[in-house]
Amino acid sequence: MSTETALPVLTPGDFASDQEVRWCPGCGDYSILAQMKKVLPEIGVAPENTVFVSGIGCSSRFPYYVNTYGIHSIHGRAPAVASGLKIARPELSVWVITGDGDALSIGGNHLMHCIRRNLNINIILFNNRIYGLTKGQYSPTSLLGQVTKSTPGGAIDNPLHPLSVAIGCEATFVARSIDVNIKHLAATLKRAAQHVGTSFVEVYQNCNVFNDGAFEYATGRDVKADRTLELEHGKPLIFGKNRDKGIRLNGMTPEVVELGKGISDDDLLFHDERAPEPTLAYLLSRMSYPEFPEPIGVFRDIDKPRYEEVLSSQIDAAKQRSKGDLKTLFESGETWTVS
Amino acid sequence: MATTTRSKPLVELEAATVRFCGDSGDGMQLAGTQLTNTSALAGNDIATFPDFPAEIRAPRGTKAGVSGFQIRFANSEIFTPGDSVDALVAMNPAALVTNLVDLVPGGILIVNKDAFDEKGMAQAGYVTDPLEDGSLDGYQLFPVEMTRLTRLAVEGLGLGTKESDRCRNFYAMGLVFWLYDRSLEPTHRYIDAKFGKMPAVAEANRRALHAGYNYGETTDAMASQYKVEKADLEPGLYRNITGNQALAWGLVAAAQRSGCELFLGSYPITPASDILHELVRHKAFGVRTFQAEDEIAAVTSAIGAAFGGAMGVTTSSGPGIALKGEAIGLAVMTELPLIVINVQRGGPSTGLPTKTEQADLLQAMFGRNGECPLPVVAANSPADCFYAAFDAWRIAVKHMTPVMLLTDGYIANGAEPWKVPDVDALPRFEVKHPEANGDGPFRPYARDEWLARPWAIPGTPGLMHRIGGLEKQDITGNVNYEPGNHEHMVNLRARKVALVADDIPLQEVDGPASGKLLVISWGGTYGACRTGVRQARKRGGDVAHTHLRFLNPFPKNLGDIIRSYDKVLVPELNRGQLRMLLRAEFLVDAIGLNKIQGKPFAVREVLEKIEQVLQS
Repeated sequence: MSTETALPVLTPGDFASDQEVRWCPGCGDYSILAQMKKVLPEIGVAPENTVFVSGIGCSSRFPYYVNTYGIHSIHGRAPAVASGLKIARPELSVWVITGDGDALSIGGNHLMHCIRRNLNINIILFNNRIYGLTKGQYSPTSLLGQVTKSTPGGAIDNPLHPLSVAIGCEATFVARSIDVNIKHLAATLKRAAQHVGTSFVEVYQNCNVFNDGAFEYATGRDVKADRTLELEHGKPLIFGKNRDKGIRLNGMTPEVVELGKGISDDDLLFHDERAPEPTLAYLLSRMSYPEFPEPIGVFRDIDKPRYEEVLSSQIDAAKQRSKGDLKTLFESGETWTVS
Repeated sequence: MATTTRSKPLVELEAATVRFCGDSGDGMQLAGTQLTNTSALAGNDIATFPDFPAEIRAPRGTKAGVSGFQIRFANSEIFTPGDSVDALVAMNPAALVTNLVDLVPGGILIVNKDAFDEKGMAQAGYVTDPLEDGSLDGYQLFPVEMTRLTRLAVEGLGLGTKESDRCRNFYAMGLVFWLYDRSLEPTHRYIDAKFGKMPAVAEANRRALHAGYNYGETTDAMASQYKVEKADLEPGLYRNITGNQALAWGLVAAAQRSGCELFLGSYPITPASDILHELVRHKAFGVRTFQAEDEIAAVTSAIGAAFGGAMGVTTSSGPGIALKGEAIGLAVMTELPLIVINVQRGGPSTGLPTKTEQADLLQAMFGRNGECPLPVVAANSPADCFYAAFDAWRIAVKHMTPVMLLTDGYIANGAEPWKVPDVDALPRFEVKHPEANGDGPFRPYARDEWLARPWAIPGTPGLMHRIGGLEKQDITGNVNYEPGNHEHMVNLRARKVALVADDIPLQEVDGPASGKLLVISWGGTYGACRTGVRQARKRGGDVAHTHLRFLNPFPKNLGDIIRSYDKVLVPELNRGQLRMLLRAEFLVDAIGLNKIQGKPFAVREVLEKIEQVLQS
């Protein structure tokens, strides 16, 4: 089935389902849904050729709210469900919607292997650093010391950096955006869709009920320019309200420097999202507030073979060699006749 | 060939059972497989029982490392690889001490004399040399210096001692081939194919094979040869097949006959991995195999593929099925076709990975949260796995449900002759994916006459829908939490599975239609039970046998059959799981014959129990 047939112009309305959206009022998920519905028509894949797969958690309700095919599967398993679907039907556009608990805790294994196989799937991880659906336990991205229902004395396990995990799994596309930064979010989702291979996008998402303001440091009107850094391929890492600060490498260690005073753009670290080695992307994924501005945008975008394409070409080659005849199969090897 | 001049008398036998046993590195599985193929090609009916340790290489010479392969070949139809062994080949003391118990009194005992040194005997727990102390006087003992003679045979080929010793299994094969008047040709072909690129190794194996054969022919040690004539099998083309291979081929064939793509999601596990190994070779049939990161991904990827319109299949054994439980529930809830294959092994937990058991029936029936019924199908012999796969596939796509297909380690690794079916006569079944008809919104949970829902697949305009693990509203498929709807849907899913009873054959009975005793069995115990019941009947016992292919739902006439006999005996390799189901369903006071030793039933065990029940 071709996904490239001439399509009538699609609108966000074409992707809106008839289901009542049941996230809490004020949830960051609404914004992500809105941007997704805005981006989907621009990608040019018909709703019937698009599938959203999710696991369990607040974010995983997402498939009900887009009028495409969808599976709301079980906790943590969305990448595996999506892998099977993509392998069986490589021509479909497959999206995985997941959260920090779903993807990194119960589903960590599937996430890791889905990414390393580089199936052409888009994984969007809504990171709110809390378990929302189960009402407020800490998650694998909750910060050290974070007080939650299950950590009244503060969380004592080290949080995972989702992008560092993805890069460690040989991800070919890694990006980050923020729920309220809607233009950036839309552009990032679009880049993810365009990448051929597994696209991994972390979206900072506010849970206004159980972890309200978790990303206030990166979204506050007055502070966001100083605390986030928008990555641009081939450009130096500059940030700040007045674009007067940058990131420079001191040996293997990044440091914040002020521009002017003898330091120019050329002294800064330049972003290269196509670097074959993931070293730079990893270094960027480790930069966190308050020591550093947190990078948003595309960290890495490289081209590597896709599992389902290689498998399909193996199947095509096998079909070229022989035609798959049952009689030939049954009579292969040693046989004898009883008369 | 050495058979042209016969120097010793040839004794005709109806059947013979031979077991090769030795260290797991001694190549006993290969020796057994070669004798199997050769006997099959000679026209015998055959049944095999490979029995190997869980350790790939346990310490040499230890009892833990003993690997065995038993084969029975006969001039008539047989159903089991034999209760006891007529000829035992033991490559070392540990193999002898662990296997001697199964050798018939007066049976042929061939041992590698060279392995009976002090260390070897100590490892096996022998205080005195059994070859010398008279303890083996009740057998026809042939101590053969296999190590020395094999080394002599391969001398001059430039092989080291270790490589030379690896040819010993061919020496043992040669000797057994002489003993049973078997052709060396098939093994020559095997050697050419397998070792063609290593001429020295190929030549060494050929020489060892001939040296063993000639030892029987020329030395005075063995007084006579034995011959088992062709069996009177149904005319046709035959091949040898193991259960796992037959199952894989059944899936490939069902894919072709249903026009449905086959997707296998699997994670390696003993004794099921060979199905993956086999299916991965059939890309020319469009088979897509996916070695997943774990058991859960194996089944959930299959569910994803099924949503996409392929037949989702996942293969595993008990521990893996336990991990898949939640996902199987998802398939029940989303009502997608899925085949879950459990090649059962000894449990619980890791249990006995390489040994057989039937203790996962209740897991198949009930091993999920919630009211979660699914059809359960069981294969009864290696070749039958082919048709069991067909049955599972047909039910899954027609009734839109996951199906559990049970086999076990015994039939999965065992082999028997398979009459190659006429491809055009294999069942065909239609798989329908709906198209939009412009008639209002799509209803993914509407039902056909079997209560199956439509299998609408992505790529179809106008049928976009979302499914998942949350309770579904009848007809619309929307998420729904209403109490009445939930009860309705739970009952509906149960009714849907129950309706499969209208779509499977009525149960048949072997023997009188009514009488004193009915033996009910299922799965891999078919051979032992069928043979045991027939032997009991020959001896005058009023007993019939029925063997279940369909465990859920039961065939519609099973209750009537059960009520036609005074007593019911249920032999199982578990503590009575089918018996529990039969008691619950039919209120019958069934008697159990239960064995949980990691081994199949011996015919005599079934026979003895039948006679005991008949006398009580």
